[in-house]
Amino acid sequence: MNAPARIDRADALHSAETRLVVPAMRCAGCMARIERGLCKVEGVEAARVNLSAKQVLVRHGPGLDETDLAEALRAIGFEAQPVTATPPPPDDAETRHLLRALAVAGFGMMNIMLLSVSVWSGAAGVTRDLFHWISALIALPVILYSGRPFFASALAALRHGRTNMDVPISIGVLLASGLSLYETATGGAHAYFDGAVMLLFFLLAGRALDAAMRGRMRAGIGALLSRMGRSAGVIQPDGSIRRVAAAQLEPGMLMLVAAGEALAADGVVEKGTSALDNAMLTGESRPEPVSVGSSVHAGAVNLLSPVQVRITAAAHATALAGIARLMDDAGQSRSRYVRIADRASRLYAPAVHSLAALAFVGWMLAGAGLHQALTIAIAVLIITCPCALGLAVPAAQVVATNALVRRGLLVKDGSALERLAEVDVALFDKTGTLTLGEPRPDLSGLDAEARGVALALAQSSRHPLSRGLAGALQREGTAPVALADVREESGVGLTASWGGVPVALTRSSAAGEELACVLTIGHRAHELRFADPLREDVAATLAALGEQRIEARILSGDRESAVASAARKLGLPARGDTGPAEKLQVLEELKAQGRHPLMVGDGLNDGPALAAAHASIAPGTASDVSQQAADAVFIGERLMPVAAAVGVARRTMRIVRQNFALAIGYNLFAVPLALAGLVTPLVAAIAMSTSSLIVVANSLRLARMAR
Amino acid sequence: MSILIYLIPIALGAGAIGLAAFFWAMQNGQFEDLDGAASRILIDEEEDER
Repeated sequence: MNAPARIDRADALHSAETRLVVPAMRCAGCMARIERGLCKVEGVEAARVNLSAKQVLVRHGPGLDETDLAEALRAIGFEAQPVTATPPPPDDAETRHLLRALAVAGFGMMNIMLLSVSVWSGAAGVTRDLFHWISALIALPVILYSGRPFFASALAALRHGRTNMDVPISIGVLLASGLSLYETATGGAHAYFDGAVMLLFFLLAGRALDAAMRGRMRAGIGALLSRMGRSAGVIQPDGSIRRVAAAQLEPGMLMLVAAGEALAADGVVEKGTSALDNAMLTGESRPEPVSVGSSVHAGAVNLLSPVQVRITAAAHATALAGIARLMDDAGQSRSRYVRIADRASRLYAPAVHSLAALAFVGWMLAGAGLHQALTIAIAVLIITCPCALGLAVPAAQVVATNALVRRGLLVKDGSALERLAEVDVALFDKTGTLTLGEPRPDLSGLDAEARGVALALAQSSRHPLSRGLAGALQREGTAPVALADVREESGVGLTASWGGVPVALTRSSAAGEELACVLTIGHRAHELRFADPLREDVAATLAALGEQRIEARILSGDRESAVASAARKLGLPARGDTGPAEKLQVLEELKAQGRHPLMVGDGLNDGPALAAAHASIAPGTASDVSQQAADAVFIGERLMPVAAAVGVARRTMRIVRQNFALAIGYNLFAVPLALAGLVTPLVAAIAMSTSSLIVVANSLRLARMAR
Repeated sequence: MSILIYLIPIALGAGAIGLAAFFWAMQNGQFEDLDGAASRILIDEEEDER
């Protein structure tokens, strides 16, 4: 098989394992390039790519560390970041536990059904008793194992004096098993082990699906946090420097940030001047000059010279951690429909218990035996469980959010989907939103040789222009030439020797509005101009929005002339020279007209507009303020996720309404039957599981529609 | 009816083997990278590979 690098744990004694996130890999070709490329690196023993998690696990000798590996990946053409935590996140453990419980319940259900079918088809006497006993032997351990997630959650709720959906499920399952055990022991005709185990199986199936979908969404958040520096050199009172892990940093410490190092905490510069690459937080591709007194954020990369930074916020208090937390909240956020469903479930749970108790008392009074009354009460308890109602909204939202993540859009808030669905006019910022917001070089003046030299030089620097250049050349398929003696001089550029010929990539002396740099090979010099092109699929996105009857406009803070040229190209009404306050005013006017505006923007000046709009989307390169203010963030170079978001949101709301109708309809139909004593616990379990499964299945249609 | 003495253990045993196989697969990381497993089949085997 083509598994060049199986990683055994046994011989991992002298070697270390490092996990790196490689966001750009997306196909078999990337996997092969990464695995083969890494295996060629001196000291690497094995490399194994995990495509789903976009990670690569490398086992290597003690001579290498994660920075070397990231460099090696960069040479192959992939940006990589080391992962902080080697063990998988806790959500993963939860999914695994649910899957195990599901497998056990499935095993129990099949075997008990096998026995139940023979009992139903007429086994009697000793055979029936034997079958009941075997069922009990299978069912009791299965219920104890597979029911644990429900029992634990029900107990936790009861301990806090509340009830949740798991309480009636737990009571129902336990009562049904208890009654069946009594029946079995006394040689009775009916046992309901099959019903109890089947209920657990189907409920677990729903929960495992839910957990798996949530887990996938969180993987992206982990990748964001891994950008933060993992440790910092802290200057001790006696002047010595000690490495401290990011989690142990505290406000007030003084850290020394070397050139090329990522900041591990927020702080204020106390000594030194430098320039920071803050693109991760601000979306600004130009390096930001910092000097004494400037505030700096975790995640920024120091480009030029070492600075001393007094920490003001560390670990979970940093701006970067704040963004990650916001995104994490998306998983649990409460939208209007979820709140309705939650309140309904909360009122509903006590109603379920009293209804079951009433059924029991009523049938006792009506002269039915204890056994019959109890059976009916159990059926009522199981059939009225509000699972379908509780699943109606989250199931649809989780499926939709997950489908959107796959298309490059992170929805931060479940209610955002509701608002996105209502949008009828879209306002776009220009720079960084309709355009890429990062410098792209004009490569037309370079021959193949010069391209190779440019790539080799650009690869060895972290400067944004170098990165832009290296990225563009790699996409063209350029292979770097071998250089010797590469040196980077802060603020000036790179010099090296290419087979004896001196080569250099330096700052352009003609400092104009445009970004530019100069590539020198021997005596020849090329000026490379950088421009900010429109995103490739802008026109297609606007067409897709038009199909959904959403009007698009440009609302930009850029100069009127620059905006007008883009507007002509796209055929959109445009307004330039708008400040944050004017943008707000435009939005307010639209709202006053009863419109529901969608704001798409990235800059700091879009922050208020993003917050005020009915719904808002920011690109992943936007500033942290914009990302926080926006309802959703799209990643990558394509604008299409914006149009997809609206389409998926509309379909999600349609599915949510269908789910509500299904859940309520089911209860209206089934509860009277159960109260009338026409439903056995087995039928109740089937009906209740089916209603939940139908809701989940209906929601899953979204995944296919969103593809 | 004595055939049941064989059939029931066989049925249970078959189910238990399936369950054990699933637990093994999960413990062994077979479900870690579903997308990757699907793509891996497209990687060409190279001559110089070990």
